[in-house]
Amino acid sequence: MDRPALRILIIDENRLRAAVIEDGLREAGHSEVALVHDMSGVARQIADTEPDVIVIDLENPNRDVLESMFQLTRAVKRPIAMFVDRSDSASIEAAIDAGVSAYVVDGLRKDRVKPILDMAISRFNAYSRMARELEEARTELESRRLVERAKGILMKSRGLSEQEAYALLRRTAMNQNRKIAEIAQSLITAAGLLEGGDEA
Amino acid sequence: MSAAHRVTAGFLPLLDSALLVAAREKRFAEAEGIDLVLVRENSWASIRDRLAVGHFEAAHMLAPMPIAFNLGLAPLAARTIAPMALGLGGNAVTVADELWREMADYGARPDLDPASGGRALDGIVSRRAAEGGAPLRFAVVHPHSGHNYELRYWLAASDIDPDRDIEIVIVPPPLMPDALAAGRIDGYCVGEPWNTAAAFNGAGRIATTKSRIWRSSPEKVLGVSADWAESSPVALDGLLRALYRAAQWCGDAANHEELAGILAQPGYVGCPAEWLMPALSGRIRTGNGPVVEVSDFFMPHARAATFPWKSHALWFYTQMVRWGQVEPGPDRETVARETYRPDLYRRALRSLGVALPGANAKVEGALTTQTPVGSAGASLVLGPDGFFDGKIFDPDRVADYLRS
Repeated sequence: MDRPALRILIIDENRLRAAVIEDGLREAGHSEVALVHDMSGVARQIADTEPDVIVIDLENPNRDVLESMFQLTRAVKRPIAMFVDRSDSASIEAAIDAGVSAYVVDGLRKDRVKPILDMAISRFNAYSRMARELEEARTELESRRLVERAKGILMKSRGLSEQEAYALLRRTAMNQNRKIAEIAQSLITAAGLLEGGDEA
Repeated sequence: MSAAHRVTAGFLPLLDSALLVAAREKRFAEAEGIDLVLVRENSWASIRDRLAVGHFEAAHMLAPMPIAFNLGLAPLAARTIAPMALGLGGNAVTVADELWREMADYGARPDLDPASGGRALDGIVSRRAAEGGAPLRFAVVHPHSGHNYELRYWLAASDIDPDRDIEIVIVPPPLMPDALAAGRIDGYCVGEPWNTAAAFNGAGRIATTKSRIWRSSPEKVLGVSADWAESSPVALDGLLRALYRAAQWCGDAANHEELAGILAQPGYVGCPAEWLMPALSGRIRTGNGPVVEVSDFFMPHARAATFPWKSHALWFYTQMVRWGQVEPGPDRETVARETYRPDLYRRALRSLGVALPGANAKVEGALTTQTPVGSAGASLVLGPDGFFDGKIFDPDRVADYLRS
């Protein structure tokens, strides 16, 4: 490519997610990528680096601040517009669904910017998926611990085998149309109360 | 009743999200067959974007925002209408303690009086300029906000040029008290509870209130996607009736403790309930100063507080022109006027038999006392609605007002 590399600024308080996007952009051959986690210095950063594209997470409370900077010609030398093209509604929807927003210097060609936005969208989605999977794994681990404890209580107080204790928990959960972990939690709470301990 | 229509609405953590929150929590929406899903957002930009792509049908919005959208002043905005307002007043101007002490030396009265406070600021601004000091820096939440326009109106009427004599920056509402405490700004204009927050934590002094700069003045509206409003009139009417009931409930002093408790929850405003009570009760704790009675600080219901006056829309348009956000023009004036939709408000509420204004617009600033007015249904009392400098805005003479 004979054209100069596009300068990309990523604004995200979530450092992990910012790193995931940065990696993606670098892998795609973009060498001029800068990250900002803290908004306090962002005006200077924009003035110094003159980014062509700014990527910011949708949840960031400072989006209104950023947009107002673009309206003030004093703050930025070049006009910046949102997204690639107002007419490209599919891209815009995909970005907002993914939780990312982008601002682009006016007059930049769509074919140069769209791959960057697409990359940001796919990385944001990948990050959300990863975070969801982590959360699911954590919940799964927690519910296994609860069931183990509840089984122990039943085995001790009612003299059941481990298998019988599990079967009882499972049957109760099915009858009450609740999750087995919820039944286990109720049992642990009730046992705590009956023992007169302080533990809820 | 099972909900026939699901409506998803975005809001920001502010006191005047109260009508939407009460419509859900007190089941006024459910009673109208509306499953009202509320989504808390962190910026007005996200409210705009998510309305534009159809994640939201409606949203808590700064009253000038839908006008700015329809005038093409915001990126990516969908055609948006305002069929209802979400109350009157609710803002204040808070300054750093140090600046307040200086203002007091220059004659600012401690009772939230805007005229003496404005004169004092003017004196401080002139002295600073003469001494070659840095200009004062004030923050508002958005360029297209009642906060920006009322702050500028107050300053300009006090002989301060808001573009030349001071600096105005944008800061998100919940971050205002911290920005003030850290000395990044000298003052700000924001909705509650973010003035009271600074008064409670000792960093700021409430200098004046929106209701003292312009009584009974517009602040937030229900912004609705125009496409959705056209395709779902039944759901829209139900939503407006639910919000009207919610406004009645929020306006009843007997419910203020409960309302503060609900809004204090982490999913809504997420702050101590005691921060929400001053605005609801009208007993404003100014900070390092007296408690001042401002009975009309925030009006969720009385004085036709939810009626979307076209004169409010047109006043916002005049301020956009005044501060160089838009070039004046008859077509633009029409866009502003048509953004507010009292016709839809009346259509939805007619069946309730409640007091509805007979007119779509009124002369702003003309009522010096509470005044019974012609209305459909029960009796209706409007005003007082005066500007602190005594000026009057006649919506039929927009061009004259712009020249003045």
